Amino acid sequence: MKLLKTILAGAAIAVGLTGAASAADKLKVGFIYVGPTGDFGWSYEHDQGRMAIEEALGDKVETTYVESVPESADSERVMTQMALSGTNLIFATSFNYMDHVMNVAKKFPNVKFEHATGFKRSANVSTYSARFYEGRTVIGHIAGNMTETNTIGYIASYPIPEVIRGINAAYIAAKKVNPDVKLKIVWVFSWFDPGKEADAATALIAQGADIIMQHTDSPAAMTIAEEKGIYAFGQASDMIQFGPNARLSSIIDNWGPYYVARAQAVIDGTWASTDTWDGIAPGMVEIGDFSDKIPADVQTSANAIKDALSAGTMHSFTGPLNKQDGSVWLKDGETADDGTLAGMNFYVEGIEGEVPQ
Amino acid sequence: MFKLERRPNPSKAMVIMTPILAVVLTMIAGGILFAILGKNPFEAIRIIFWDPLFNDTVASYTRPQLLIKASPLIMIALGLSFGYRANIWNIGAEGQFIMGAVAGGAVGLAFYPTESVLIFPLMVLAGAVGGFLWAMIPAFLKIKFNANEILVSLMLVYVAINFLGAMVTGPLRSPVGMNFPVSRNFNEYPSAYNGEMIANTGLHMGVLVTLAAVIVAYILLKHHIFGFQVRTAGQSPRAAKFSGVNPNITIAICLGISGGLAGMAGLFEVTGPAGKLSTNFPLGYGFTAIIVAFLGRLNPIGILFAGLLMALTYIGGELAQFQLSVPAASIQVFQGMLLFFMLAVDILVSFRIRLASREVA
Repeated sequence: MKLLKTILAGAAIAVGLTGAASAADKLKVGFIYVGPTGDFGWSYEHDQGRMAIEEALGDKVETTYVESVPESADSERVMTQMALSGTNLIFATSFNYMDHVMNVAKKFPNVKFEHATGFKRSANVSTYSARFYEGRTVIGHIAGNMTETNTIGYIASYPIPEVIRGINAAYIAAKKVNPDVKLKIVWVFSWFDPGKEADAATALIAQGADIIMQHTDSPAAMTIAEEKGIYAFGQASDMIQFGPNARLSSIIDNWGPYYVARAQAVIDGTWASTDTWDGIAPGMVEIGDFSDKIPADVQTSANAIKDALSAGTMHSFTGPLNKQDGSVWLKDGETADDGTLAGMNFYVEGIEGEVPQ
Repeated sequence: MFKLERRPNPSKAMVIMTPILAVVLTMIAGGILFAILGKNPFEAIRIIFWDPLFNDTVASYTRPQLLIKASPLIMIALGLSFGYRANIWNIGAEGQFIMGAVAGGAVGLAFYPTESVLIFPLMVLAGAVGGFLWAMIPAFLKIKFNANEILVSLMLVYVAINFLGAMVTGPLRSPVGMNFPVSRNFNEYPSAYNGEMIANTGLHMGVLVTLAAVIVAYILLKHHIFGFQVRTAGQSPRAAKFSGVNPNITIAICLGISGGLAGMAGLFEVTGPAGKLSTNFPLGYGFTAIIVAFLGRLNPIGILFAGLLMALTYIGGELAQFQLSVPAASIQVFQGMLLFFMLAVDILVSFRIRLASREVA
């Protein structure tokens, strides 16, 4: 009956006031996601951020989204359609939307764009990203302490600076507590491909890895880890429901506060193009609860690292550190500057294999 | 219980009406789907089918986009239709599409940064040849060993995807691409760029070639001996043999045409709308084109309309997604329904359902 009612009510509206726009004074915020909102990883967390806007700003805003938008001309079309339909603020939440964001932004100077993890900006395009590598330092520390085979598996997506930074940060932290630790890396060349991610996890376990980290968006590796009785870390979201025994901790992206602030800024008329790169301190990167499988002393030291990163008394990349080829990168006590981190395309000393070139 | 019985004289009118009936049924079933999702079904159908064409705010942008989205689908489907008429089942157009883009794109990039009007035509040719040669593999294996072309062509899609991956992480990787597995942007290389010829019309070189291909295919099928041969090869292989049609040549030509057209479509796509070779390049056009070919009744004019309709569901589907907040999967289900109803109506037009009488022992 409810169905019938919906249909009848729908017919009335469709015939009556087709396309009568919702209140024009509402801020319309649009999101495009590279994966489905049900990936329980990257896109899922951006969608949580979208809902945070609705919750915080209530009837002052209206949010919409399109999921699984390929990083191709399709994304340009979707953003253009959004802009034409009166969207005031558009969040494009994947790196490769970059050129398409710039193209659309040029055509719609009155629409504000926010591009995640990119580096191209203009008067109406801001970029934002999180210092995920700080989270890698914490979980690298845990993994280095807990691996029994001294082999950590790492599922990597694309060989871009953001991903390489994560690999280096995790390795440096693990190596500090476990000089024998080895990192096995598999590149899957995709952000979201549960099949490939699961295959990669299986291959890494076959090569002796007993802890898995990932820089991809689905919980596939977590399910494999649970099946095989080894450990893994939640990526982007907590993922505990996929590995109640396997999950040691997680790196959680918390976009909500930033999204709410940006939407509010548009409403207030104070929005300006900026570049934001926040870490653990303001809460953009969160470390998920520690599993009780982590020994108490490791929990204590991991918490200490988290607090030090948050307080700014510690940096994930602190010298002495050499590059993979043995040349000196950072001298004793020196920390990496943001410019080098943003363009990082080399492994630190001790990591085997090559960055795919 | 039930039995399908071939109708001696399927209604001519119904055969033509089938696609329209399928669209109407899809609208009804899709409307129910949207209603179950708690959305206004009439609004959803209006947004998908009407707004991209006639809505004041978006249509001036989406109408040209229809041409851009439909063009590769139509071009590939045209090629496939020849083979399908002759019972030669090329399922691997996606692979030929990719190989055309890689071959043609590589030729263009090899000339970078030389500017010349000859480069683009050369790329188009290389694209067609790339797709053609990729389709010749199943053709050769079928002729020589009678290997099933459905399996061979389909499996070669995955080979092509991995070949593309190897190329963009290797020789064709952009030196300015931040280490991403992408080639140089074609829109930054004027001689190799397939841009809009008149601003805001969606008309690029590929769209024109597609329209020309529709006309050529129509003439070939209706007024040329080759069209006759293809049709008889499909309807009655024995009769075709008696009338002097060499089945091996038919196999080679049909796969060759579809491979060449798919390859060319790939080249126009990569140098225009996609803009660069990357691992994200394959979006399934080669598979969607199979639906387009059947929706268009394997008829060139029908395929033209079917391609535009398919593009409409894509673009309208995107509008529906963000205006109504329906999940992407619901739009895919909606597109799937279109083929489902098409095939179902097709069956009912050429067969009738009879209550099977019990056999007497």
